[in-house]
Amino acid sequence: MHGVIVIHYCRYTAVIWNLIITRQKSPEKIDEMVAPYGSVFIVGCGTCATGCGTGGEEQVKAMAQRLGGRVLGWAVVESPCDARIVRRDLAAHKGELEVADAVLCMACGAGAQAIADHTEKLIIPALDTLFIGKTERVGRYFERCRACTDCALLETGGICPTVRCSKGLQNGPCGGQVNGKCEVGEYKNDCAWVLIFNSLKRQGRLEALKSYRPPKDRSAKARPQELASR
Amino acid sequence: MEMGRAIHSRLMKAITEGRFVFTGEVEPLKTANAEDIVRAAEALRDWTVACNVTDNPRARAYMSSIAAAHIMQIRTGVEAVCQMTVRDRNRIALQSDLLGAAALGIRNVLTMSGDHTTLGDNPQAMPVYDIDTAQFVRMVRGIVDEGRDLAGNRIAGKVGLHVGITGNPNAEPLEMEIMKIEKKVALGAEFMQTQATFDIERAKGFLREMGRLKIPVLLGIFPCKSYATAEHLRRSVPGITVPDEFVEQMKMADAEPDRSRQRDRIDGVNIEFFSSMIRELRKTEQLAGMHVMTIGYERIVRSLSENA
Repeated sequence: MHGVIVIHYCRYTAVIWNLIITRQKSPEKIDEMVAPYGSVFIVGCGTCATGCGTGGEEQVKAMAQRLGGRVLGWAVVESPCDARIVRRDLAAHKGELEVADAVLCMACGAGAQAIADHTEKLIIPALDTLFIGKTERVGRYFERCRACTDCALLETGGICPTVRCSKGLQNGPCGGQVNGKCEVGEYKNDCAWVLIFNSLKRQGRLEALKSYRPPKDRSAKARPQELASR
Repeated sequence: MEMGRAIHSRLMKAITEGRFVFTGEVEPLKTANAEDIVRAAEALRDWTVACNVTDNPRARAYMSSIAAAHIMQIRTGVEAVCQMTVRDRNRIALQSDLLGAAALGIRNVLTMSGDHTTLGDNPQAMPVYDIDTAQFVRMVRGIVDEGRDLAGNRIAGKVGLHVGITGNPNAEPLEMEIMKIEKKVALGAEFMQTQATFDIERAKGFLREMGRLKIPVLLGIFPCKSYATAEHLRRSVPGITVPDEFVEQMKMADAEPDRSRQRDRIDGVNIEFFSSMIRELRKTEQLAGMHVMTIGYERIVRSLSENA
């Protein structure tokens, strides 16, 4: 997944959109993972993890301070998931990286693996990758895409049942919705199919709800995907 | 039901002949002992045409519905409506289980989404939902009508199964619920059993719509074996509205100190409420019968059946 950063200069402020939503592991867990290694180099992410406030410069510095003397150095790579940018941004840290026992990575799983490929070092993931999300504000994110390989938003009124229905149902709601709320999460979350119904109704396209959607082809997601478009 | 389709079960035969039928329900639990199932089925045998066998309700890991349905059929002669959810099995496992169920003599399958894994007793489990219930209906039709699995692979020999769907007269927006049902009827669903309702007017409206879709409906009712059950249903089961009057009468019946008279009075409240509901709804052409959710209260079915 390619991270993007959009600095949108509007009237109010610069906004960073996040794509991959991450969360820091607990300090205890990070300490436990770091403990066996004498020296670590910290790599942060200048894109999504910066937007999430989980692996930006501020968090990387705080982590370096907390881990103290074993930290040989740190860098915030603009996009750790982009091999070209990893090479570019880590070039200046070659010496520190060579002697470090491990790299503590404050990026998503894709970023952490790109760092691993480049450095060939033992990687300690400081973040857990949660989902591809929509940002409402810093700290408030919603999962909105599961990268299912077959986008059906046109047929479902702009609301994805694969990710927003707890059961990923493709042909309508289950019996677990009550007054538009989902049985999962104690009827606090919206039923995706009621949202879809309302959206299609607004658009005057309710007929779309009647068309049968055949089973999804899961085979594409059954192995790690690659794309070679040119 | 589509004309010309072969009939494989007593349930479908009775529905097709226009007999007013009752189905009951038995619930396999977390045990390998089927005696309770057999006892419950025996208590329902004379008053029902078939009994549903639940498939890990509330996402609890219980005895397999197929195994329990088979044991019930063999030992009691009660025909099973084998509930099958898409929650725990991918399309390979579902197709395999459909063939296995048919081989064991199971003839009715009720397709369901299944309560979500996170509500169950193994909430960390992977929720499967490889296919949904509409696709499940299509799968059964393909197996039965075309002798082919979902991917088009040929199945050797005939498979005799009837496919049922669930419906919810209480659902809001009802228009969406009806559209979903319409889709499944077009895919070849043969009968419907509904969520429990206490609301006669709502049930009437729902049955009118089902008449338009031409699917026989077994309307779900939930007789309450105690005041506590009625109160629990009213307070804790979202989406079901239990009339205050019914709960109040249950409360009064419950206050009877003599155990045997208390039992009779509770039965009386249920019989009065549900029998008049059934009599009223039987005027509706699309009502094929009642699905009585009877777990632990099997004796009520006889009275309801006799008073219908």
